[in-house]
Amino acid sequence: MGGYIVKRLIYAVPVIVGLSVIVFGIMALIPGDPAQAILGAYATPENVARINRDLGLDRPLHEQYFIWAGNLLQGDFGRSFILNRPVLDEILERFSATIVLAGAALVLCSVLGILAGVVSAVRQFGWTDRVVTLFVLIGISTPAFWLGLLFILIFAVHWRVLPASGMYAVYGGGDLPDLLRHLILPAVTLAIVATGVIARLTRAAMLEVLRQDFVRTARAKGLPERAVIYRHAFKAALVSIIPVIGVQAGFVMGGAVYIETVFQWPGIGAMLVNAISTRDILLVQGGVLVIAVTYVLINLLADVVQAVLDPRLKS
Amino acid sequence: MKSLLRGVAFAVLLAASPAVAQTPPNVLVVGQIAEPQSLDPHVVTAANDFRILVNVFEGLVRFGDGTLEIEPALATDWTISDDGLVYTFNLREGVTFHDGTPFNAEAVKFNFDRMLDENHPYYHTGPFPLSFFFGEIAETTVLDDYTVQFTLSLPFAPFMSNLAGTTGVIVSPAAVAEHDENFGRNPVGTGPFKFEEWQSNARVVVSRNDDYWGEPAGVEAVVFRPITDANTRVAEMLSGGIDVMVEVPPDNVAMFDTDPGFLVHDAVGPHVWYVMLNMREGPFTDVRIRQAANYAVNKDTLVNDVLQGTADVSAGPIPPAFNWAYNEDVGPYPYDPDRARELIAEAGIEDLSVTFYVTEGGSGMLDPIPMGTAIQADLEAVGFDVAIQTYEWNTFLANVNPGLEGKADMAQMAWMTSDPDTLPFLTLRTAAWPEDGGFNSSYYSNVDVDEMLDQARMETDFDVRAQLYKDVHQVVHDDAPWIFVANWKQNAVTTADVEGFALQPNFSLILSGVTKN
Repeated sequence: MGGYIVKRLIYAVPVIVGLSVIVFGIMALIPGDPAQAILGAYATPENVARINRDLGLDRPLHEQYFIWAGNLLQGDFGRSFILNRPVLDEILERFSATIVLAGAALVLCSVLGILAGVVSAVRQFGWTDRVVTLFVLIGISTPAFWLGLLFILIFAVHWRVLPASGMYAVYGGGDLPDLLRHLILPAVTLAIVATGVIARLTRAAMLEVLRQDFVRTARAKGLPERAVIYRHAFKAALVSIIPVIGVQAGFVMGGAVYIETVFQWPGIGAMLVNAISTRDILLVQGGVLVIAVTYVLINLLADVVQAVLDPRLKS
Repeated sequence: MKSLLRGVAFAVLLAASPAVAQTPPNVLVVGQIAEPQSLDPHVVTAANDFRILVNVFEGLVRFGDGTLEIEPALATDWTISDDGLVYTFNLREGVTFHDGTPFNAEAVKFNFDRMLDENHPYYHTGPFPLSFFFGEIAETTVLDDYTVQFTLSLPFAPFMSNLAGTTGVIVSPAAVAEHDENFGRNPVGTGPFKFEEWQSNARVVVSRNDDYWGEPAGVEAVVFRPITDANTRVAEMLSGGIDVMVEVPPDNVAMFDTDPGFLVHDAVGPHVWYVMLNMREGPFTDVRIRQAANYAVNKDTLVNDVLQGTADVSAGPIPPAFNWAYNEDVGPYPYDPDRARELIAEAGIEDLSVTFYVTEGGSGMLDPIPMGTAIQADLEAVGFDVAIQTYEWNTFLANVNPGLEGKADMAQMAWMTSDPDTLPFLTLRTAAWPEDGGFNSSYYSNVDVDEMLDQARMETDFDVRAQLYKDVHQVVHDDAPWIFVANWKQNAVTTADVEGFALQPNFSLILSGVTKN
């Protein structure tokens, strides 16, 4: 298992290097530059040249890339042009906020999705199945940012039971209940779409397993139905559900980009949106890199868990 | 399973039960449109950041409450030499920065040298994008502890306005030395509020400076919250999460206006929204076609229906907010499509197909896409054939700033400035064509305007200078190098509990006089 993990990590290196080249290339190709974003209306060629010189953006593109990559190998992510602070400081602050939000959403959608999927598979074509399927379809087909605004309108503006945006109260606060209050709306919004996907796939996986011989055998030897479903069928189905959760982790991280904007959550997604529109290339590079590494690690974790659950994959 | 569900429901209720969304007493919470880029006033360029900084920092002079006229601040008085080259300031004594170090002539010199001298030990704490506001300073001299002198390389009348602007404020040299390039996250000034904390993308907190030399601030602290999404900002205002909200979307102004729990504030701003017309090629090389375009566009509909009353119709290149330099005798082009058709017939130009650059949004651009399509419809009604091309803001600037030649006949643009000089100087002179490094991207050229603007910049007699801008306004109105569309009225909403709140014409947000009941 150890060798397998190391091999997977080594495979991830070219993926991440390639990704950083592509992101760097795209940022260089789109029109506009950081000097333009900083100067706005005052971007005369003279001022742009002065800013570019101060920022080191007057060097050839490949040189800029290698300087960045070289510094990165020494743990230096560079300095954001726009925010005037080290990229790493910004990313660490923002990333921890995203982990809280995406983590909560992932737990929420996994638990609810698996639960809904199992229930509707066991009661296939019963009314529970129909109700769950209906909600799942609504969840999948509703744009999450719209749902977020609707939740704000209902829970923050109309009923005033939950805050509309932010991660902590603006003054005072900062403890766990405060965080939970602010977390509920964005986490639920973010989880809803992913819940639908997990529920659909869990239902399909469960239905397939329930038709198999060993389930019939388990029932035939007189095991209670509950044990058949949860101890035998569900465990087998989990093997194909785990990778789906791995993929959904990526989806949740991606969804965080716009959910964070709607709820003003101080995470890495909202940071990337700003960094792209201001052409803050080092911040974009750093942010994408951290997200990519996280995604690779989560999927690796999913594969490892799957291998542990499925003895056939161990060999 | 049931007990689990009950547990979750209970946890949700518990977390939700305390009264949320109440802002604390005596603390003002302001909903901003974005995270500040930095709190180093010499580094930033956005009005959004200046709204925080004007409460922490002060300059030698400032704009008087509600005007764009100069009054003393950290300087008590000053003299200007007859040739307009030497400015001597007497500084206020006994003022200290928030870190306890004294404010004096050495501090003033440090500030301008840091921005302008590439060999200054703290020049690397930049870049200082707007330092060209002070590019005419040849030397800053300390005459004694409380007297400082600027020697300019050429006469430059906007110098005083630039000193009163946010780039001219004074930072603590000791704090720059201590925090070096991180000064922007540890700002120290002399203003009525002092910096407390900055949590990225969550809040910037400033608290009352009890040692302030002037009238102390009315609230204990101000919290600035960045809320980039306009809908979320409105929702926070409605749910009581903020006390003050700036840049209210036009669609929501009426709603706040009719609710007794809120007060809507507006004020003229030094802002011009216009459509530049390419004078190097195509139909707009003929002045009659340019005037026809001005007659054809129904500006009243644009400001009242698209912008829902958040702007006034503009008459020329200088906004009325500069009341001392504004020519009241020049009225806007009236909406007169028949006159437009006459002028087009007179010009005898057959091919009226034009390309119109529109942006998706950007600094001061109001609602550019609905504005663009409304203008397109008005122009097509009198015989133009308008093709719109839409770009994201930075892409748009990268297309427009190098000049419209070979690309487009019209482009939207908007400016906010602190001096009547800036906009015409950068966008209307022949010497400001893009090939010469200016923003005259549509190639307007009139020798009289060039001369008047050059003269106004050197004129130290206030009245003569004002008259020059009034004349420029008239000539440019008649030449119609732009379609003059709108002057934005900045707006803000406060809760009814907030007192003493007023918007300033230079888009800053001065909060020291605000109290909260």
